[in-house]
Amino acid sequence: MVDIHSVSELLKDLEFFREFGEATIELLAGCATNVAYRPGDYVFREGGSADAFFIIRHGDVALEIHAPGREPLVFETLHPGDAIGWSWMVPPFKWSYDARCRTVVRGLSFDATCLRGKMEADHEIGYQLMRRFLPVMSRRLLGARLQLLDLYAAEKAR
Amino acid sequence: MRTAGERPGAPGGSADPMVPRPFRVTRRRRETADTFTLDLVAEDGKPFAFAPGQFNMLYVHGVGEVPISISGDPADGTRLVHTIRAVGKVSAALCAMKRGDLVALRGPYGKPWPTVEAEGHDVVFIAGGVGLAPLRPAIVHAIANRHRFGKVIVLYGARSPADMLFAEEVQRWRGLFSMEVDATVDRAGPDWLGRVGVVTKLVERAEFDPAHTLAMICGPEVMMRFSVEMLTRRGVAEDRIYVSMERNMKCAVGFCGHCQWGSAFVCRDGPVFRHDRIAHLNAIREL
Repeated sequence: MVDIHSVSELLKDLEFFREFGEATIELLAGCATNVAYRPGDYVFREGGSADAFFIIRHGDVALEIHAPGREPLVFETLHPGDAIGWSWMVPPFKWSYDARCRTVVRGLSFDATCLRGKMEADHEIGYQLMRRFLPVMSRRLLGARLQLLDLYAAEKAR
Repeated sequence: MRTAGERPGAPGGSADPMVPRPFRVTRRRRETADTFTLDLVAEDGKPFAFAPGQFNMLYVHGVGEVPISISGDPADGTRLVHTIRAVGKVSAALCAMKRGDLVALRGPYGKPWPTVEAEGHDVVFIAGGVGLAPLRPAIVHAIANRHRFGKVIVLYGARSPADMLFAEEVQRWRGLFSMEVDATVDRAGPDWLGRVGVVTKLVERAEFDPAHTLAMICGPEVMMRFSVEMLTRRGVAEDRIYVSMERNMKCAVGFCGHCQWGSAFVCRDGPVFRHDRIAHLNAIREL
C-alpha cells in the first residue's frame, strides 16, 4: 500500500515540484509510487507503452538508442532531480529510446493514466505540469541540437 | 609573470616581436587521435615567461607559421608546453615532430586570463574540446595558489571519452579535495560511466556563489555563447565572464589585420576578452 503522506513529503523535497502548491502536491502524490532499480535494469525500453514518468531521487540513468550491428549509443545521462520522459504526455504514448540504470536508482514513478486523468479533470493542474515540463523539454531540445552540431569535431584550417 | 598591456615578445621572447627564437622538442605526447602535446626548451637556454591564456607563433621550417596557445605551467620558465590539434598543414607538421626537432617560436602574445582579478572569487573554468589547453595554465595557476581563490570549479565538455584532453590530469584534479571537476561528453558507448550531455548542463548544476564568481570559458564559439547565457541566467555578471576567441591570426602584433574582429584585433586585444566588452560583436553575423 502506498503511503501518500510520505510520497508527498518526498515530492516537496524535489526541485521539480518546488513551485507546486500543497493541494497539487497531494493530488500528484496520489499518482506516485516509490520505485527502485538495480544497475543494468531498464526503467523503460524503446517502443514500450509510456505509462509512467519518473523522477530520479538517487542514482544515474543512461538514455540510449539502439542501432542494428552497433553498440547502444548513450545520448544523455540523467541524475538526481531529473525527470525521465515526456512520451506519456504525447500520443501514441510510446517510449522512443531506452532508459537504463547505470547504478542503483531510486525514484518516484507517476502513473500516466492517473496523471492524464487529473490533467483532464483539472486544467489548472494540466497547465502547471505543462509549465514545468516545457523548460525541461526546451533545454533537452537545445542540448540535442548542440550535440547534433558536433561542435568539438576538428574544423579544417581555412 | 607578465601582465596585460606589456609589449608582446617581452620578456619571454626575443627583443623584436617579429624575430623567432629556436626551440627544441624535448618530449611529444599523444593526447587524442589528432592532438599532441610538445614540450619545448629554448636553444639559447634563456627562460621563457608567459601569462596563462597567452599564445605563441610556432614556425615549422618550410611549411608555415600558426598561433598556438600555451598549455603549460606558467611557473615553469624552462619548459614551454604547447598542445596542438592537427587540422591543417602546419599544425599537422607540428604534431608530427619528434624529440630533438627544432621549431622557431615567437611570443608570447595576447591578453591573458584575469588570474589576478579572480582572486577572492569562486572561479569557474568552462572548457569545450581542445579549449581545455588554453585554460590549463590558469587552472594549474589556481591549484598552485589555491588559497587566493574561493571555490575552484572545472567544467569540461568533450566529444567522446576518447576525445578528452589531459584525461589523466583531469582525473587527478578530480581527486583533489580542494577543487571540483565535472566532465561530460556529447556521445558515449555503454561502458562510459561519466556524464553524457552538453556542458551547459554542468554549468546549470555547479555549486558556486553567482554574486562572487568569475568565469573563464574556452571552446567553440557556440558552446561559449550558451555557457555565457547559462552563467548570466544563474546570476553571474557579464563583466566577470571572460572568453578566449579564435580568429585567423597571422602577425600576432596587430599589424596585418587578418584577425580583425569589429574594432578589435584578436591577437593584440585578445584572445581573452571580457564578455560585456564583446557581446555586441557576437550579434553581428558578418564578423
